[in-house]
Amino acid sequence: MSETPTPDGVQASDVAEGPPIDLPPSISGVEPVRSVRTPIRLEYDFIPSSAAQQYLRAYASKRILGNRSPVDGAVFVPPRGVDPRNGVVADEMVDLADTGHVGSFCITHLPIPGRKDLPVPYVSAWIHLDGADIGFLGLVAGCEAADVRIGMRVRAVWKPDAELGATAENVLHWEPTGDPDVPVDEAGNRAWAVKQAAKRGGDGA
Amino acid sequence: MVSSAIHQVEALTFTTDVQLMVPLINEARSAVGLTQADIGFTCSGSSDFLAGQGFSFVQTLDAVGAYPPISESHVEMDGAFALYEAWVKLQIGEIDTALVYSYGKSSPGSRRDVLAVQLDPYTVAPLWPDAHAIAALQARLLLESGAVSAEGLAEIAVRSQRHAVGNPNALRASAEATVAGLLGEPFVADPLRASDIAAESDGGCVVVLAAGDRARSLCERPAWIRGIDHRIDAHALGVRDLTRAPSAALAAAKAGAGDDRLDLAELHGPTTSQEHILAMEMGLGADTVVNPSGGALAADTLMAAGLVRIAEAARRISSGGADRALAHATSGPCLQQNLVCILEGE
Repeated sequence: MSETPTPDGVQASDVAEGPPIDLPPSISGVEPVRSVRTPIRLEYDFIPSSAAQQYLRAYASKRILGNRSPVDGAVFVPPRGVDPRNGVVADEMVDLADTGHVGSFCITHLPIPGRKDLPVPYVSAWIHLDGADIGFLGLVAGCEAADVRIGMRVRAVWKPDAELGATAENVLHWEPTGDPDVPVDEAGNRAWAVKQAAKRGGDGA
Repeated sequence: MVSSAIHQVEALTFTTDVQLMVPLINEARSAVGLTQADIGFTCSGSSDFLAGQGFSFVQTLDAVGAYPPISESHVEMDGAFALYEAWVKLQIGEIDTALVYSYGKSSPGSRRDVLAVQLDPYTVAPLWPDAHAIAALQARLLLESGAVSAEGLAEIAVRSQRHAVGNPNALRASAEATVAGLLGEPFVADPLRASDIAAESDGGCVVVLAAGDRARSLCERPAWIRGIDHRIDAHALGVRDLTRAPSAALAAAKAGAGDDRLDLAELHGPTTSQEHILAMEMGLGADTVVNPSGGALAADTLMAAGLVRIAEAARRISSGGADRALAHATSGPCLQQNLVCILEGE
């Protein structure tokens, strides 16, 4: 097979090899450098926001906090001290239940390296906590993956009290409560639209 | 430019980027009666190497109010370069307002080491030369070239400290600073003393841009961007004359710096030696007041110091204190990249 010539007529094999290099005598015969590792390590003193600090401390005692928007009352969890839709400070803290419903979910059949405690398939889901208006990421277990569905009611399965801490890892997973499902049309992010429509109706609009 | 907001302090220890930017963005927008819904394009500048986190700018968008979805972009550069992107959009004419912001919190890490990772990653960065040492090499070359004396550098520091008096966003200000006093300071990185090196700050800056009659309706005296240009010199420190900054000279010429007299120039020189090189390359005359705010020496917020220069120059035009100003931003090691913006009153 003939080689594809480069625009100036040089054969591709010439380009790959490169032109001969005349090394200065001081380094001729030295083993050529074929690769170089340049690790980068930078250290930071990370201080969480005041909202994250309150959230993590409460979470260590099995309380889930959210922020309420001063604009329209929407509740965000975890709290970040701001209503990101409106770019305003949202510092009112709200206690949320450790029950909710599955807003949407994903069944994964590939294991996560280093997570031998997580048998496949596992189900990650946006849990819409009762009282919150956005999802809260978690694992669903305690039932077959095939039985998980949008609108399914779930409750938190907490770590044993002695293992709780100011980390994001206090809820082992969410398990079905067996209560009747939230209708699909009112589940997940649709819940906010439903709530707003009801509010407009209630206002006589 | 129709409004701006600046906040710079020594360290924002307990304030997150979002908490910093919510009040600043609202201040700049509401000063001209705009909400995010009125903004045609939003562009920001910041660095993941300061946040220690990938895609950190996405979180900071929480401060903007990006819902319903907005037209938005980000540069991993000083906000002055974000302003350039917004200006291009305004020139195209598809929008008539833009919000530009940038911020930097270097206090959680080591700024002089963070800056090492912008160097050539194969032969220079692995040596971890800190930013002060690199700038000192440049300053030594400059002194030995005879272009300026140690006293000349100290005079730049004295002027900065005196001008910074009364600037609430300046960290280093003194009406009593003297050349003799500064020359008595010990070296931080020979030949640079503490006063030769910018005061490190955390902070942010926000500006609102508007085009044509929209600008005139929002602001009594907008600062018009009459020219803006940015140019880049070679990255490798060994292949260029570090006593010069050809890209700064070229950017100034292309932006039209020499077309008329300049009342003031806000230069982003992180050291006195770099400020000297910039003033020389841009051909600034004795009738141009350099760094009336104190400049970057008085407070240098990484990723924002260049945008702050533009905002400081624009404020002086909008207040009627100046008619024509030059604002400059730099990026990269030893003045590698330079942006020049010419602002005028009407």
